[in-house]
Amino acid sequence: MAADNSTSPITVRGCRIRLMRGGAGDPLLFLHGASGASWLPFLQALAKRFNVIAPEHPGFGESDTPDWLDSVHDLAYFYLDLIEQLDLERVHLVGSSLGGWVAAELAVRSTQRIASLTLAGAAGLFVPGVEQMDPFLRSEEQRLRDLFYDRKKADEFVTRATHADYEETALKNHTTAAKLAWQPRSHDPHLHKWLHRINVPTLLVWGDNDRMFPKDHALTYARFIPDAQVVIVPACGHVPHIEQPAAFVAAIENFIGARPQAKKTA
Amino acid sequence: MKFFNFHLMPYAHADLEAIAQNGSAWVTFSNSHYDPEKGAELYHDYLEQMEFADQLGFDGVCLNEHHQTAYGMMPIPAVIAGALARNVKRAKIAVLGRALPLVNNPLTIAEEYAMLDNITRGRLIAGFVRGIGAEYHASGANPAYSQERFAEAHDLIVRAWSEPGPFAYAGKHYQFRYVNPWPRPYQKPHPPIWIPSQGSASTVRWAARRHYTYCQTLSPIATVAQFFRLYRDEAEKAGYEASSDQLAWSNTIYVGETDKKAVREATPHLEALVNYFLKMPTEMLLPPGYTDAASMKRVRAAKVTGKTQSLQELMASGVVIVGGPETVREKLAEYQDLAGFNTSLTKAQFGTLPNEMARANMTAIAEEILPHFREREPRPAPKAAAE
Repeated sequence: MAADNSTSPITVRGCRIRLMRGGAGDPLLFLHGASGASWLPFLQALAKRFNVIAPEHPGFGESDTPDWLDSVHDLAYFYLDLIEQLDLERVHLVGSSLGGWVAAELAVRSTQRIASLTLAGAAGLFVPGVEQMDPFLRSEEQRLRDLFYDRKKADEFVTRATHADYEETALKNHTTAAKLAWQPRSHDPHLHKWLHRINVPTLLVWGDNDRMFPKDHALTYARFIPDAQVVIVPACGHVPHIEQPAAFVAAIENFIGARPQAKKTA
Repeated sequence: MKFFNFHLMPYAHADLEAIAQNGSAWVTFSNSHYDPEKGAELYHDYLEQMEFADQLGFDGVCLNEHHQTAYGMMPIPAVIAGALARNVKRAKIAVLGRALPLVNNPLTIAEEYAMLDNITRGRLIAGFVRGIGAEYHASGANPAYSQERFAEAHDLIVRAWSEPGPFAYAGKHYQFRYVNPWPRPYQKPHPPIWIPSQGSASTVRWAARRHYTYCQTLSPIATVAQFFRLYRDEAEKAGYEASSDQLAWSNTIYVGETDKKAVREATPHLEALVNYFLKMPTEMLLPPGYTDAASMKRVRAAKVTGKTQSLQELMASGVVIVGGPETVREKLAEYQDLAGFNTSLTKAQFGTLPNEMARANMTAIAEEILPHFREREPRPAPKAAAE
């Protein structure tokens, strides 16, 4: 069955955001990274098995920029509200980069409605001694290229994403990303203290060649989140869901299929 | 017209080729290029130049704040202001300015300005700026909150100066159980506040409404005139007529014996300033959220940050005035009438200009230019009736 997707706005406590949905099955909530939201092939693939819900964050693209949006914590609470409003149960929560950080902060606060957590190239932690690219000192094109390992795939992505129509959105996204991640740079120095609270099966999918948040970040997350499973995708940069969609989808399906659906006991 | 001697205190010994290779003299240009012994010499030369400006009859000296750069060695301008406070006997000391959003405790700025105002017995001019984009990379302050933090820090500092303490303050970015800074400023209710800007309509509007002196930095004279006109219009809207004294043009002047000699002497040093010390990538100058999307798009489209400029271009567009005494007088009078300012913030040392040449330039400005402008006010061309 070909899974179609639809886009419509949703208003959560006065904040209107764009929401993309597709497929049927258990709910899977995908939180995008700083470069923005779109219905990418990996979501289409996941929609064959899941009820995929892909919001565009407040402060990004067509979504509102609410006055209350100051930190990743605000986004974590916002998505807890959204999950409640949609009355989702047993959500597979998947987040990439900035969205991965939001997902981790959300799960630290409550896993009541969460069945599993998948972080891909997630921000959120500082790992001493690990070199990271500074996206805020890179041009837009450099920033997009930094996401990839394969140069040809980067070329294709850059051609699509640097279209003139996209300039306004790119500026808005980058500004909100700065608001959330400028200082401390892309991490919360307190997050690691509470990662032990994540009591759902957790998968960490990382590109072997991630230059933004190198795989040491995955290993650090794994140190703090009980029983987290790590999958390193070879020949892959910061965005495995875009650069290696088949491997990414397979990792999620294997993980969710293999895992008992019951919550771990703490 | 009033003349202030504006010093950037550049690290004039910087390796220009190394700057070019790094792409900028800011933030990522390693401080291993700084030689403390040479730097110490420069500090003393520059301090003496500012004391000399006082002796020559300049109305004031200006300092400013920049971080992690060879462009200027004044990350903490109050250190320089403090070093000058007792030897600059007569001239005003203008710190243009402190970058409010960069600090987490704006009360330290209220305190340092109040101290300087006391030590100089009321000769301090208090400049407030947001700081250029590079400062947000250097300080970690979030550029997306730059405007909010500036507004909040400004309000807090002015309150701390004008309301009897202690009082409690709780804002979005700053919170204090006790606001009660000692000393209080010497001038009443507080030192004059000047607002330097590279030109943002919202800043001009904000300054005009508060009667703050507005200083336009590093711009072609036509742009300067445009912003000064906006200031006058905004003042009118706020119910008063702005005086030319509220408008200050920040410029660079070099006076040589003849036009030809002046251009020959100034060229390498001014071009070092604009093409090496000042250069930075757009991402550094305009971090996300620092300015609104429309301005961001305008600057990007103009690709202003990468351009190499010759002295001839800078002279033609009226960013700088270089020439023999007669030419400099003519140009300055023309620009004063065009833009309607009555304060000139003049860099007499710039880029790699050596000490002796800077002092000779200061002397020439003081002897050949200043006396002709002392009593001069802008003479606007009669307004076209239809306008």
